Amino acid sequence: MYAIKTEKLTKKYKEKTAVSNLDLKINEGEMYGLLGVNGAGKTTTMKMLTTLIMPSSGDAELLGHSIKTDRAAVKQIIGISPQESAAAMNLTARENLELMAEVYGFSKKVAKSKASELIERFSMQEFENRKAKKLSGGEVRRLSIAMALISEPKILFLDEPTLGLDVIARHSLWTEIEKLKGKITVILTTHYLEEAVALCDRIGIMAHSKFMAEGTADELVALSGEKDFESAFVKLTNGGEL
Amino acid sequence: MRFRAFTSRNTKEILRDPLTFCFGLGFPVVLLLLLSAINSAIPEQAQMTMFNIDKLTPGITVFGMSFISLFSSMLIAKDRTTSFMMRLFTSPLKAHEFIIGYTLPLLPMAILQSAVCVVVAFFLGLEVSVNILLMLAVNIPIAIVFISLGLLLGTLLNEKAVGGICGALLTNLSAWFSNIWFDTAMVGGWFKDLANALPFVHAVNAARDAISGNYSDIMPELLPVCGYAVVLLVLAVVVFSVMMKRNK
Repeated sequence: MYAIKTEKLTKKYKEKTAVSNLDLKINEGEMYGLLGVNGAGKTTTMKMLTTLIMPSSGDAELLGHSIKTDRAAVKQIIGISPQESAAAMNLTARENLELMAEVYGFSKKVAKSKASELIERFSMQEFENRKAKKLSGGEVRRLSIAMALISEPKILFLDEPTLGLDVIARHSLWTEIEKLKGKITVILTTHYLEEAVALCDRIGIMAHSKFMAEGTADELVALSGEKDFESAFVKLTNGGEL
Repeated sequence: MRFRAFTSRNTKEILRDPLTFCFGLGFPVVLLLLLSAINSAIPEQAQMTMFNIDKLTPGITVFGMSFISLFSSMLIAKDRTTSFMMRLFTSPLKAHEFIIGYTLPLLPMAILQSAVCVVVAFFLGLEVSVNILLMLAVNIPIAIVFISLGLLLGTLLNEKAVGGICGALLTNLSAWFSNIWFDTAMVGGWFKDLANALPFVHAVNAARDAISGNYSDIMPELLPVCGYAVVLLVLAVVVFSVMMKRNK
């Protein structure tokens, strides 16, 4: 069974088509990168797959559960780290983690122990009792990913996880993301090509609401006939034109 | 009990915003002190009893809840714009759990606001009696009316608009149509009919009946308030659910 399988997944807003006939197959345990320029349809795709918006037509199954007809089951198996800092700002890092665990039905005791485990795993001891609004960009992104993982999701969505971070913070977060490889299915949207190349098993390229190409970084370079990934990306998003 | 976690988060949000919290508690106290001072300057010959402390106190506790409405509407309207809420929308939390999670921490805040008002009223001459506790109990469904009204408006409107609607319009509505500042029967006609159709006048009458020991008069006044509380709470859940789906 695929972790994610979409069939002609489409989202239209009045006249505008945000995502058109997306057919996607992502394997369990795979780290899949969704690349594209602004307005390509990456975030809309992610919002449909995480049940935040309903598709206009087509469907997607997450481990066999339809995002249209089995939304409650989908919600139980996914975790999301949205683009912006999605934490309760007046709560400490630890309180945010415990909150998310309890929202997913874990008891207070289990929530505490799971929070401790993630605090250690993501090296957050230094700021675990600091309010989210007082955390740095890198710290809050680390917290955001930990919050998404606390419910033990089978599929994790990371929307621009390192956007706006400095090089050191970005690499530090890459290390954490890399550790997830093979353990759960990860769908990562990013603007940073080097991020997708460094982290992802396979990469899908979207442009103008459509799915243009997919494969490993090397396969995409070969497919485009270019020498490097950046040129390949430009060519593939432009439909073969550099 | 997933809503408990969300309730706890909202309680912390409220308590960790001390300025708003203190303003919420202090707002009716300032009004009480001001109007008591005005009342003491009114000559007895005028036979103006509206601002006597036993009538003023229940009225102010009810009017003070318009601030709770503003607070609840701002809380939900602000939350709706955050990615934190987006994250929660992908969780198993349901619309009614969100609304319960917002309502439960605001309820003690509303009753605490009334209690602080009563304590200050003791110093201004309000008689200490067991009826005070009855009035605080009567204020619970009244608080639900104001909280759910705030949540409903906060779900429908953005943060900026809700400040105007709840901060200005609702405050004025609950002042004009409540018998606190003047007797709506004196105006008569459609004004009185409209006041009787809204919950505010009944809320103030019920609180006054409780504090003055007119026990048999409480329920006829409180029933329409309870009706409004149920309808507004259900409406808040339905509208929040629609908003979640529209967001989807």
